[in-house]
Amino acid sequence: MISVHQPILQIVLPLMAAPICVILRNAFAGWLLALLVTGGAFVASLILLVHVVNEGPVSYAIGGWPPPWGIEYRVDGLSAFVLVTVAAIGFLSMIFARRSVEAEVAADRGYLFYTMYLLCFTGLMGIPVTGDAFNLFVFLEISSLSSYVLISLGTDRRALTAAFRYLIMGTLGATFYVLGIGLLYMVTGTLNIADLAARVPEMTHIRTVQMALAFLTVGLGLKLALFPLHLWLPNAYAFAPTVVTVFLAATATKVAVYALIRIAYTMFGGPTMFAVMPIDEVLVGFGLLSMIVGALAAVWQTNVKRLLAFSSISQIGYMVLGLGLADVTGLAGAVVHIFNHAMIKAILFMAVGCIIFRIGSADLRDIRGFAKPMPITAACVVVGGLSLVGAPLTLGFITKWLLLQGALDRNWWWVAVVIVAASLLALVYVWRLIAAAYLHPPSERVAAVREAPAPMLLALVALTVATVVIAIDGSLIGDFAVVTAKQLLGSGE
Amino acid sequence: MINISLLMIMVATALGLVWLRNLLAVVMFSGIFSLTAASLWVVLGAVDVAFTEASVGAGIATVLGLASLALTRTEHEKRTRVFHLPALIVVLVTGAALIYGTLDMPGWGDPDAPIHTHVAPRYIEDSLAETGVPNIVTSVLASYRGFDTLGETTVIFTAGVGVLVLLGRGRRYPVANPRVAAGGGPGRAPAAPGSEGAAVPGDSGEMRFKAILRVGGKLLIPPILLFAFYTQAHGELGPGGGFQAGVIFASAFILYALLFGVPMARAVAPASVLRGTLALGVLIYAGVGIAGVLLGGNYLDYSVLAHDPVHGQELGIILIELGVGITVASAMMTVFFVFAGQDPQQVD
Repeated sequence: MISVHQPILQIVLPLMAAPICVILRNAFAGWLLALLVTGGAFVASLILLVHVVNEGPVSYAIGGWPPPWGIEYRVDGLSAFVLVTVAAIGFLSMIFARRSVEAEVAADRGYLFYTMYLLCFTGLMGIPVTGDAFNLFVFLEISSLSSYVLISLGTDRRALTAAFRYLIMGTLGATFYVLGIGLLYMVTGTLNIADLAARVPEMTHIRTVQMALAFLTVGLGLKLALFPLHLWLPNAYAFAPTVVTVFLAATATKVAVYALIRIAYTMFGGPTMFAVMPIDEVLVGFGLLSMIVGALAAVWQTNVKRLLAFSSISQIGYMVLGLGLADVTGLAGAVVHIFNHAMIKAILFMAVGCIIFRIGSADLRDIRGFAKPMPITAACVVVGGLSLVGAPLTLGFITKWLLLQGALDRNWWWVAVVIVAASLLALVYVWRLIAAAYLHPPSERVAAVREAPAPMLLALVALTVATVVIAIDGSLIGDFAVVTAKQLLGSGE
Repeated sequence: MINISLLMIMVATALGLVWLRNLLAVVMFSGIFSLTAASLWVVLGAVDVAFTEASVGAGIATVLGLASLALTRTEHEKRTRVFHLPALIVVLVTGAALIYGTLDMPGWGDPDAPIHTHVAPRYIEDSLAETGVPNIVTSVLASYRGFDTLGETTVIFTAGVGVLVLLGRGRRYPVANPRVAAGGGPGRAPAAPGSEGAAVPGDSGEMRFKAILRVGGKLLIPPILLFAFYTQAHGELGPGGGFQAGVIFASAFILYALLFGVPMARAVAPASVLRGTLALGVLIYAGVGIAGVLLGGNYLDYSVLAHDPVHGQELGIILIELGVGITVASAMMTVFFVFAGQDPQQVD
């Protein structure tokens, strides 16, 4: 039983909460509002996912105008899945947020912080549900603008330069996206994604369509920080306030991956288009490069936040690789990794947030031995880290298994070799984290701290337990991803 | 012919923008660029777009550019490497890709082009009957694709709040190193309170003795405000609407601030009021949508707002345009005041 209006309300209520937050002018009220709204959106998106899985896609005509004249919200399995991911992280980040924001953001800016957070949440939630290519751009802009501001609020002054760099790169990406949509509109006369999907795959020979895909891919490549368009990411994640890093690292790039899947497969018909224009092979190439370069850079970092940021670039590489493999298992690997990586990175960045909150540093040398005073945080780091490497019985293993299968199905054994190599590199940098936690005696400063405050731990432990539970019966999520991948590929035939 | 000459002017202006090193001239040139673009839109028959481009691109963006130059107190770009080969290659490849993409585009003005045959005919033929609004652009913007416009209004709101967050006073609170706090980084707005104001355009000191400007400006302000209301109300019938009206409305206040000083303008539009209206506009727009849901329609379905669907559409469009106007005007004024004043009132 779901309300007809549910798809729109879970976007519009967070949107309306943002201006209300400005009027309230109180950090605590803002936090409470954000907590309630994101919590509501999380429950709503879960209900929607169950509904969509059981009864098929939901369509909602905004303004009562039938598509393609009006804007349509269209929720299928993939969009509901991404929606749940964003909402879950958004909600848990808010549980985590209050103390951390108090410590890192000036008190008189608190309410504006939550306003921006709600806007960013709205933007990222709006992208998976929309069935309209231009509407997607509008929500991409809402989420991007607010993330620039959120990043700039970091305590380190370098946050400003990081945010500015992201602003330039992000704006370029948005411009490329809108150019691509413009080119498509020129030859199809429509902006509705389903309508485009019915027309574009028959137009693959038209140069305008080919260039449209090129512009869309580069634009989203900037947003999802694919090598070599990743340069904005490490500093943005390293210097942003912790809560922002948790939320953005877990969701923003993943939503961009979703958009790229939606465009390449639903809109352009996937393999049909790739036969004319081998974007898939280009994506495989850059995905592999991302995996290796990101992991290599992560190995040399001493700041844990930067280490994890570079690891994100590497992990995004896995998703893009799966997208480029363009077969059922590869694509399923990409879909499942959207969720997996969101969970894993949220765990690890939350754990770092706890460490920074207590120890005041994220430098590997300063936090040595933190497992002793903060055993729960350290345990979560271990679970998250193992999952990042892809150890058996963890979430990460499901991804790697699907991707390996996908690569072998296409007889690209060298791709499989690179996957294994990147995982070994991941083992190296995760080991550095675990070694810092357990293998060193704590310094006086570290030994004197206590475990993180209860709400922060609650969010962290809830996520960790969730990943473990989901990983125990990995077939549930794995099967879902395979079904979704089949649907995506089916629409291209 | 006019098209080609306008296009040539735009190309020349763009090249000028690339070569110029004086930032004041760059701001002026980008104003010229926007104005030429606006003229081009008029010639192409897109008057609504032209109106927006003229008021936003040539108008308020230029003013904001000048205000930020006054803040940074430098008119010259820092000279870095003049020639950057990778950048040139990226630009050339992008340009080539764009041109390559347009090779297969439908002919200019081709009546059989997909954009004229698929979705647009319904807008052209039925929008008057369905929404009661003669200006098709308004009916598409405010009703058929009203959700996009809500999103765009939210973008403006985000920008306004973003400027408040970034440039409000006292944003770095625990500053460990007082030297850093006092000095300010390159390209950063001055952080020390009390030091700003002197170089800001619109400081009353500069304009105090310019009687002609002040009297002339005073005379201009009422017609500008009136024109803003006209644009707001006229959006249904001709070019206009909330976006343009909001910008024009704000420009009257900005003119006042330039002539009589930011504190005087602030007295008319205090920070707390602007912050409230900034939020209010978005709430009105989104609230109209919720009203549609409560009255049994879909979100942003205005037909259910009145007994007659067409009346409902008109009512809904008027209301949401009002929301757009309020938020846009407040955002523009907020941005200008924060830029010009580095205003201590912003955060109290």
